[in-house]
Formats: sequence, C-alpha cells, structure tokens
Amino acid sequence: MEWEVVIGLEIHAQLATRSKIFSGASTAYGAAPNTQACAVDLGLPGVLPVLNREAVRMAVKFGLAIDAQITPRSVFARKNYFYPDLPKGYQISQFELPVVGVGQLEIQVEGKAPRVIGVTRAHLEEDAGKSLHEDFHGSTGIDLNRAGTPLLEIVSEPDLRSAKEAVAYMKKVHSLVQYLEICDGNMQEGSFRCDANVSVRPMGQAALGTRSEIKNLNSFRFVERAINIEVERQIDLIEGGGKVVQETRLYDSDKDETRSMRSKEEAFDYRYFPDPDLLPLEIDEAYIEAVRQSLPELPDARKGRFIAELGLGEYEAGVLTASRELADYFEEAVKVAGDDARRTANWVMGDLLGALNRVGKEIAESPVSAELLGGMLRRINDNTISGKIAKQVFECMWNGEGDADTIIEQKGLKQVTDSGAIEKIIDEIIASNPGQVEQYRAGKEKLFGFFVGQVMKATQGKANPAQVNELLKQKLAG
Amino acid sequence: MHTKTIAQLSAALRSGEISSVELTTLFLARIKQHNPALNCYISITEAQALEAAATADRRLKEGDATPLTGIPIAHKDIFCTEGVKTTCGSKMLDNFIAPYESTCTAKFAAAGAVMLGKSNMDEFAMGSSNETSYYGAVKNPWDQGRVPGGSSGGSVAAVAARLAPAATGTDTGGSIRQPAALCGLTGLKPTYGRVSRYGMIAFASSLDQAGPVTYSAEDAALLMNVMAGFDERDSTSVEREVPDYTAELTNSIEGLKIGLPKEYFDGGLDDSIARVIESAIQAYEALGAVVKEISLPNTALAVPTYYVVAPAECSTNLSRFDGVRFGHRCDDPKDLFDLYTRSRGEGFGAEVKRRIMIGTYVLSAGYYDAYYLKAQKIRRLISEDFRAAFETVDVIMGPTAPSTAFKLGEKADDPVTMYLSDIYTIAVNMAGLPAASIPAGFVDGLPVGLQVIGNYFEESRLLNVAHQYQQATDWHLQVPAEFQ
Repeated sequence: MEWEVVIGLEIHAQLATRSKIFSGASTAYGAAPNTQACAVDLGLPGVLPVLNREAVRMAVKFGLAIDAQITPRSVFARKNYFYPDLPKGYQISQFELPVVGVGQLEIQVEGKAPRVIGVTRAHLEEDAGKSLHEDFHGSTGIDLNRAGTPLLEIVSEPDLRSAKEAVAYMKKVHSLVQYLEICDGNMQEGSFRCDANVSVRPMGQAALGTRSEIKNLNSFRFVERAINIEVERQIDLIEGGGKVVQETRLYDSDKDETRSMRSKEEAFDYRYFPDPDLLPLEIDEAYIEAVRQSLPELPDARKGRFIAELGLGEYEAGVLTASRELADYFEEAVKVAGDDARRTANWVMGDLLGALNRVGKEIAESPVSAELLGGMLRRINDNTISGKIAKQVFECMWNGEGDADTIIEQKGLKQVTDSGAIEKIIDEIIASNPGQVEQYRAGKEKLFGFFVGQVMKATQGKANPAQVNELLKQKLAG
Repeated sequence: MHTKTIAQLSAALRSGEISSVELTTLFLARIKQHNPALNCYISITEAQALEAAATADRRLKEGDATPLTGIPIAHKDIFCTEGVKTTCGSKMLDNFIAPYESTCTAKFAAAGAVMLGKSNMDEFAMGSSNETSYYGAVKNPWDQGRVPGGSSGGSVAAVAARLAPAATGTDTGGSIRQPAALCGLTGLKPTYGRVSRYGMIAFASSLDQAGPVTYSAEDAALLMNVMAGFDERDSTSVEREVPDYTAELTNSIEGLKIGLPKEYFDGGLDDSIARVIESAIQAYEALGAVVKEISLPNTALAVPTYYVVAPAECSTNLSRFDGVRFGHRCDDPKDLFDLYTRSRGEGFGAEVKRRIMIGTYVLSAGYYDAYYLKAQKIRRLISEDFRAAFETVDVIMGPTAPSTAFKLGEKADDPVTMYLSDIYTIAVNMAGLPAASIPAGFVDGLPVGLQVIGNYFEESRLLNVAHQYQQATDWHLQVPAEFQ
C-alpha cells in the first residue's frame, strides 16, 4: 500500500527581548543557576505578572510577516500542571484567543514546486525553568533562569507531507524570525525548537490517521530523522496489523529511535482559564500599522529583488536570501564590487561558503568581510587581476594579510594588460616551439591550451586571459 | 490615648503631646496584655516597630511628616513584609520570611506608619469567622465566646480592642466589611483595581482588594490616601488619579439618593438587625437623604456564583505552594508525587483543601462550560444589576451581615451556612464595586454594621456618606468595656 505522511509542527521561538515576558529579569543565556530569576519568576506568594510590550511587538511582527490576522483582543490563560521547574504550578500562555491568527508561508523543497503551508496560529507564552537530574545524588536541581523567557509558539496546519517539507518549513520560519530580528535562532541554546505531530494514512484517504507528537526537536537534522523513523514505525505497525495510539513520544538521537512518553489517557487536563492577573491584550489598527511600517524586507521579497534587479537565478537567489546575515553580506559585497552581481554570488556561494564550511564557521564569523571580498571582486571587474589570481588573493585575505589592493601590490599580482608585452612573450613562445606550432596549424587545435599555459607560465599567471586568447589566435593563425 | 482616632493621634504627635515611640510602646504593651486572650496577632514586630517609631519621631521633628507618620498600624498577615514572617494564616507558610515588600505595606512604611505586627486571619483568607487560621481562632472583643468575623478577623479584633489604632485588611467576598460589622468598626473595600495587589498573597485574583479597617470614616480616608493608586507591578490596578479622600468628608448629603434593595430585606434577615438598619436609614433621612426601594434581581445567585469563581481562581493561585521552593515541605519525600501530595496535604487546612478541590473540579475538562463559564456570565448579570441601580440612586444601603457575631464553633462544621454570612457582601466583589461597613447600632450588646455600596471609584462619596452619619451618631466610638 502507498502511504501519505501528514505532519504539523509546533515551533517554539524564544523572543529576543532583553527582559522576561512577565518580569524585569534578564533573559541572557548562560548565567549561573537561579541568578536571573526574580521574585516573579520564582512564583513567590503575592507576585503578579506584567506583560512585556516588546514581546507583543515581536509577535505582531511575525503575524504580519505571514499575512496573518492580528487578534484585536487576545487573552492570556493559565495552563495548569505541576512540575518542579514550573514555579507557579501553571504556565501563562494563550489558549482560545491567540495574538496571531491564521496565516501562511511558502516553502520549497529542492527540485520540487513551491507549496503554501498554513499557519494555524501563533501565541505568546512563558518558558519553564530547567530540571537538572545529573550531579545531585538522587535529587533534581532546578534552575529558574529560563523561567519566564518569552516564547512565540507557531503552530502549523497538518499541511506538510514529508520530513523534507517539515525541515524546509522549519528552516523558512527560522530564517523569517531572524529576518524580523525577533529570535536569535540559536538551536543549541534552545532558542528555536519544535514538536512534530506525525501521522500516516493510505494515499487518497481524506480522514487523518492517528497522530503521535514527538517532543522537543532542536536541530533540523533531528527533525528529519525523528519524522522518518516515526513514519517508518507507524507504517510497520499498521502493516503488521497493529494500530497507532495517540501519544507523546521522545526522540533519542543517540539510539536514533522514538519512544513513548505518555499516552492520551495519561495526558494532563490543563484546566485552561483566563488569567485573572492579566487584562486582555488589546491591539488597535494604528499599532498594527506602525509595526507594519517597521518590518524589514522579508526573504521572499528580497529573493524576488535579487532575481529582478541583480540578475540572479532562482536557485542562487534562494540560497543567498535563506538567512538575513548571508543576504546582507552578499548585498554589501555587491555594492563594493560595483558590478557583476552574478560573479559576486558565485564567489559567496562557492569560495566563501566553502571555506567557512571547512572550518565550521558562520557567515558572521567570516575572516573575509563583505567589504574585503567586494574589494577583491572590484579588481577582477576592472581587470586588475584575473579570476585565477583572485583565488590566491582570497587565500591571503582569509589568512589576514590585508585587503586585496595591498596583497596585489605586495605580491606583484597585477595583471599584465599591455598587449605589446604580451605579444612579445607570444612571439618568443612561437619561436621556441616550432613543432607544436606546426601541429596546431595542421589542425590539432587542442594544442591551443598548451600555448595559453606557456604564456601564463611566462607571466606567472598575470597576463589577462582574454587578451592572451585573442593575441594567440591571431599569431598562431599566422 | 489608645481610644483616639488617627486624626486625633496625628494631631497629638505633631503637637508633641506624645511621641511615636511612646505611642508605639503603649500599643505594644496593650498587645502583650490582651493578645493572649484575643489571638489577633500572629507576629508582633516589637523591635522593628520601635525603630520605625524613632525614625518617625525624627521626621515629625524635622517637619517631614505625613498624617500617618508615627501612627502604629497592624497589617493583615496576607501582605508580604520583607524580613518578617508572612504566613497567610497557614501552616504552609509558617516558615516563610518574605524576601520582598508588598506595595501596600511599602506605601505605609514610606508614609511613616509604624507596623506593630501581622494580624491573624482565616487561612489564605478563606473563611468568615477567622476559625480556619492555623494559628487558632480570634475572639470577638465584644464577646470572647464569639467570632470576630473573617477573614480579616485579626485586623478587626485588634482595632476593636484598641490594640492598634488602624489596620489593613483584604476583602474577597466580604472579608473586611463582615468582620468590621461584627466588631463595630468602619471597614472599606475599595473599587477593584484601586489598591495594588502586588505582594498581597492571592486568594481569588479577580475579587481580592485591600482596604482600611478603622474607627471612623475620616481615619479610613487617611489610610486610603496612602493605599490607593496605580502600581505598574499590578496589571489590574487602574491608572487613575487618586483624590484626597478627606476632601469631601464634610460635604452635605442633602438630596443624596439612597437605594434599598428589596432583596436585602427579605426573609433571610434577622428582624432585630433589620430594625437597626431601618433606624440608620431614618437617620440618613433626617440628614436630608432621599430613600428609594430598588431591586437587584440576581442577588440570590451571588453566593453560588462566587463559590465557583473564587475556588476556581484559588485552586490555581495556590498551586505554587508545592514544597519545592518555599513553605512547608514534608519530611523525607520518597519521590516527586510524594513530595507534592504530603507537603500540600500537611500544609493546607480543611477549608483550603475544600476550595482547591471545588475549584479544580469546576475548571476540569467537561465541567468548565457548565460551571466556570456560566458563573462568569452570571457575574456579568450581577454587575448589570448594579449598573442599572446606579442610574437612579447615588448609593445603595443595607445590612452588611445577616446576623450579629455568632458563637465560636457554631458554624465551623457547616460550610454552607458559613458561606451565607457573606450573602450581602459577595455581590459587591463580583461587580468590583467599592463598599463600606459602618457601625449602626447594637443588638443584645453586639455591633451591627450598615453596608454602603457606591459606584465605581466613588470611595470619596462613600466616605462622605459614612462621615456625615458618624457626625450625627457615636456608634463608631463605642469601645468594648474591657478595652476602654
């Protein structure tokens, strides 16, 4: 039987506010345990939450970026459950009326047509603290620094049809929140993570299969692995005559398997109800308009502009706009290079990303800045150096030897464009290689490369290749 | 000196007739003498009080005094007070030294008031007799075989016995007004949002409101001048200018339109109390007020609705008492579940457990719509009753409580009868309105309170209406024989 995979993602994006969503404590990562938890975060008797306006602004930005309805009057609710790292015994979240309503975004899996994925809602909530089970000799340590950190939970429709689509969607949201500067996207630190709802159904069946929810996936690779493993497990189960049960599962990346955490019967009754400590969140049109004005150019629009204005291909534009930092880098480099955006695109995607990849660095940490790379490309564009010499210059810049002009000057890499000088060298080479000249003239045109090589060798690669080609053709034609 | 009002004490402090240290020492001595019998204080903060009094004396000398500088005061043990044990009347918090100060008590401290101690209360403010306190029942100074009312029973008994010239209380369903009525004092529950709830341990967040317990309306105005105001740490506090609550006290009430809800004078009310209320109304007519019968048709729904909303909120407000970070923790927990169940089972008393269970039930999947949601709808109907009434009258009057102080233990085992002690006060909290209870007479030697309900943010009018009555009567100046 052919199976169709149905996936919906719940993404938790930690909002990049300086202070927590309901208190003034800092959200900075990595402080000593419990040093960034104030009375409110500790849930001391008598404390009250006060909503961080910046978190609201960020949620509205996201809503506008996915063409969603912003709820004029949304409500904070208490989600009640007991856990040691949940200080109040409830999490303040949004339930019936989330701040961001139905929206959508477009994804594309390489080699496939783009698809529109529905976003059901996005709501504001506070994060819990951390339970540390190691190092406490049978007890559990509680660190409440993270408690009260603002989260935007972004819930997709069950529109995703493969693990690859799920990853593409997650990457798209990841890129978007960084474009919007509302989340640092740091997955190692847990700033961006997701739960995946996965089910399968016979191809063509309208009704959804029973789903399982895989909790807390914090890398793109884990999302893809966990979903594929879970899909396989469900299909094997059904084909073996079994039934999928609705449950929450955990993905174990060490063993590369998912395992049951709790079943539907064991699911909590969260007893949601409106939090009486917080007034409904009212957002008017004027506010929404002001936020709209503050939106940066979004990835899809930027991609379109790169294609239309800079003459990039669909694929290149897609790669270069996937992250705001990369797109900013590219645009800066183009500006400095002054000309030929496609050449800049090739250098950024090829040499630069390749080099960064080899040393495991991000674009922000690149030893070659956009200005340096652009400066070098300007020298290719104005024929000061050839593309081949540029590789050498790039290497020197990577090693911190200065900017392109300095390196070209110091190492004498300036291209020879004096046609008299080049002609002289060509004449010498023709004179000292009569045999090859004869063969070439007899029709062995492959030998042309030999002559180019000889000229380049004689000029240490500095001769302008186009000029060399042209002059050689003339001279060899006799 | 101990029977003087704050207005009088303030004048005495300014004139140098007495110092704050002397006044504080006097009240501390009275507390030592009478508290063992009355049990109205859980903590007595003698050293801090004397230090604060000395500071107040310096301010008085330097001319930097407010009307409350140097005035001793008792704070209900529901307010977090930094460095001082804050129990909320519960074993759960018997070991809890608050690490921060509530906005309300901080404002009193800033004004120079001197905290004498923390007053006894029903556990987590759940009760109408002060019998649910882990620290034992409080006795009514008018008859020590009887309850003072609750939940602010300790505050009210302390002021009634002149063990403090004033106190703070909190009122979720009548917890200031009902004990004030049962002990012959002036008690005011302000409009919801008028006084910050920050640092006040929550019972039912949408109903809780702090207010003053005093001899006179004038004193209540002086306390309100300190307590009221927006607090950026309480999202439900209202950003609205705070008037000088003493400014309108002396206004004439000629032509004041008083509404008497017919539902407040039906069969449930004790005849002798009805007579006291009727004579108070006559006194108002003599002052030029006009009386009109009105109807608050949803009155009977107030108590049952309250006992859905308040437990629902308290069931989650009290989830933080889990034995993990503060408060009572059971010995040698076997595992997490054991830690939770035994810590909470041991730390909470029966009434608190009852309300947590009711609240958990009404919020549960499948019951939410039938109970919580329906209660919210009825709550709006109750508010609507008042809104309509205030289109034709200025204030609403009636009894504060259906009976005078009852005997200790009389209703302790019958929660529903106990809940009905708040039958006239609860609707006011459901609507968020301000209301006062003022002494209006006695039945068999026990005080009776007149409730005056005002429109939103009309505390000044309520205090004016109360003050004018107190200029014409002296019920509010009566002191139980033993404490004169």
